[in-house]
Amino acid sequence: MATQLPVVDYEKIKNVHATPLEEFYTSGHRTCQGCESAMVMRDFAKATGPRTVVTGATGCMYVANTSYLTTPWIVPWMHTQLGAGGASAVGMAAGLRALMRKGRIPKEKINVINFSGDLGAADMGVGGISGALQSDYDLLIIMYDNESAANTDIQATGSTTYGAQTTFTPPGSKHRIMQRRWKKNIAPMLAVGHPTCRYVATASATFPALDFMNKVRKALAIGGPTFIHTFDPCPKGWDFHPKYSRELGELGIKSGIFPLYEIIDGHVVYTYDAQKKGRIPVREYLEKQGRFAHLIDEDVEHIQRMVDSMWQEWEVPGVAPFKAGLSVAAT
Amino acid sequence: MATVLEQPQIWAKELLLNGCQAVAQGVKLADVDVIAAYPIRPYTEVMDALSKIIADGELDSEYIVADSEHSQFEIVKHASSVGARAFAGSSGTGWMYGFEALVVTATDRLSPLFLVGNRALDDPGAFGVEHNDALAVRDMGWLLCWASTAQEALEHVLIGYRIAEDNRVRMPMALAMDGAFLTHSQHMVKLPTQEAVQRFLPPYDLGNRRMHPDNPVSIAPQVNEDWVMELRRQNWEAARRAKDVVAQAYKEYNEIFGNRYVSPYFDEFMTEDAEVVLIGLGAVAMPARTAVRRLRNQGKKVGYVNLRWFRPFPTEELRAALGRMKAVGVIDRDFAHGSPDSGGIVVHDIRSCLYPLTTRPAIANFIGGLGGRDISIEDCIRMFEVTAQAPNRAPGDELVTWIGLRE
Ligand SMILES: Cc1ncc(C[n+]2csc(CCOP(=O)(O)OP(=O)(O)O)c2C)c(N)n1
Ligand code: SF4
Ligand SMILES: [Mg+2]
Repeated sequence: MATQLPVVDYEKIKNVHATPLEEFYTSGHRTCQGCESAMVMRDFAKATGPRTVVTGATGCMYVANTSYLTTPWIVPWMHTQLGAGGASAVGMAAGLRALMRKGRIPKEKINVINFSGDLGAADMGVGGISGALQSDYDLLIIMYDNESAANTDIQATGSTTYGAQTTFTPPGSKHRIMQRRWKKNIAPMLAVGHPTCRYVATASATFPALDFMNKVRKALAIGGPTFIHTFDPCPKGWDFHPKYSRELGELGIKSGIFPLYEIIDGHVVYTYDAQKKGRIPVREYLEKQGRFAHLIDEDVEHIQRMVDSMWQEWEVPGVAPFKAGLSVAAT
Repeated sequence: MATVLEQPQIWAKELLLNGCQAVAQGVKLADVDVIAAYPIRPYTEVMDALSKIIADGELDSEYIVADSEHSQFEIVKHASSVGARAFAGSSGTGWMYGFEALVVTATDRLSPLFLVGNRALDDPGAFGVEHNDALAVRDMGWLLCWASTAQEALEHVLIGYRIAEDNRVRMPMALAMDGAFLTHSQHMVKLPTQEAVQRFLPPYDLGNRRMHPDNPVSIAPQVNEDWVMELRRQNWEAARRAKDVVAQAYKEYNEIFGNRYVSPYFDEFMTEDAEVVLIGLGAVAMPARTAVRRLRNQGKKVGYVNLRWFRPFPTEELRAALGRMKAVGVIDRDFAHGSPDSGGIVVHDIRSCLYPLTTRPAIANFIGGLGGRDISIEDCIRMFEVTAQAPNRAPGDELVTWIGLRE
């Protein structure tokens, strides 16, 4: 049965040449060369334009971005605490709404954005983000996922890929693999639990081109509380040469280890269907990163099997593992 | 024919309200824009009252049911950052749960107001009053004051916002209130008219620090050793300037509402010719004043000082008021385990405030009323007796007496 997808009326960037030239996140930061998270910053600000207020949780995109007396932010930006991304967006949205209703500031649409890292959003701040996604405010939370607590020198988080070396999960003579948790499936978890949240997406800043910027615009056009999870190769934390950042993002998506999709009003739309297009072996993605250098064939095969199962066995391939009807225990 | 000038009306009506309900009326009169709620006894009733006030259309405010105190406090912090007047509150362990947010609200120089319904910290669980919760912000760049009646509680919502939002101050405000003894005891409370409040309390104006697309600022970037000392120094200067702003706010409050407060910082009871006084925060004032009257009937020269403001601390004012006493007994409804002489928190500030005086009173310290235990009139009489003996204390004698302890 074909389902009717909701139509989102938004100002789509149709091709690369149509990308807005104006920058709202510009020079003045000191992120690493090849930092994809910095691209996420640049692109979301480009997509939202100037009628925007932003909070950024503690993490690389705070510490490496904003040093006192310099700032890359053309739009108003404020630091928020590591686990306060959701609350910060709610607070700003609530304040602006009250002031507009009481006639103290002009009525207009102001984009309220928070960005938080994977530790800040998916681990520490998940309760606050859940609260925000239950609200009726217009706000967008962007979780930029470099798969570690990068700012504190690359520690494992709930979003780190299985097997990866981090400063909390070093390979040793007794335990080759210290990072034994499978990556937290945060975007579907938030989508499923919050009927008020009409738009959840995963994205990469650079692959496919324009995809992320258009997702930001879509989220803001749909309105209400929305969430985007980006996949950000981090040269320092993943241990690769900065010139491969974009390529690694592409390999991660093509291998299917990071599925790309939107969930609009409960409908899943694949924006790059790795399964249909033919997944490349996950090894091609893993072997280019120093953080996986200690893995042996058996480990790579395990990861491949896990990825295969995501796409072949999950009820919603790459998105949700529920087995309708199969696992309901008889009472 | 002489024209009679119409006196603007100051008081609208009088209602029987408990402390929490009185604060809710203050929040309504302050026309607060954003409220974030989370339940914990005993402060919660202020949020119950406010939700009903909003449901009945008496106040136009966002009302957010937060997922935790950390979120609750971050919500009002960020609401404040866009220029909205914001209100939250908590008690005991809830206040501590959001502590990170409380610290940054002060360093971000934002001005929401919080009700702290004082409560003992876990473990073990206890609903009753202890002051360690609110006192935890004393070194963090907060305004911190105790109301000792429901009337004072309502009025200090208005006075609190006025001081906190003043651009010479810009600090968050904690209005503390003894759990149960004040949060849930009823008093007749006079409600000021909205017009009178408007004359006293201007709208919140963050000026060029507000977050708005028309004012593209970057707030709280990383500083490290380059600048953090200078920024701390700015907080320090604001905390010092707060003294002038407090004085001005009470002066104007008195002008509009009649001379309600002799001193902003503390109320003195029968201290003019006193030689021995007790000083404490909050509801203990009631039994203490009764004890003073009884002892005065026996010809004892005693008095009581009800300390209202702890931050800013009334250093000069207390030196003037207490310096001439023979002995001062400090009542701590809190503890500072392992501190000098193992006293409470308040005694250390008062002792160090009086220390530079060439003649200074002997100090006694009392820890009592923890976890909501009653401090009786007899307890207060006993504290006066012990304090009167303080000048005879030998070095090495205990500074601290626990009052009402089952031994
Ligand atoms: C409450 C709190 N705990 C710990 C820290 C220390 N800390 C600062 S940044 C950071 C890592 C954040 O990781 P993530 O959210 O993934 O962002 P990233 O640094 O990777 O960009 C940590 C743990 C903090 N700032 N606040
Ligand atoms: S450590 Fe990673 S996330 Fe942080 S600035 Fe460098 S590349 Fe970006
Ligand atoms: Mg991270």
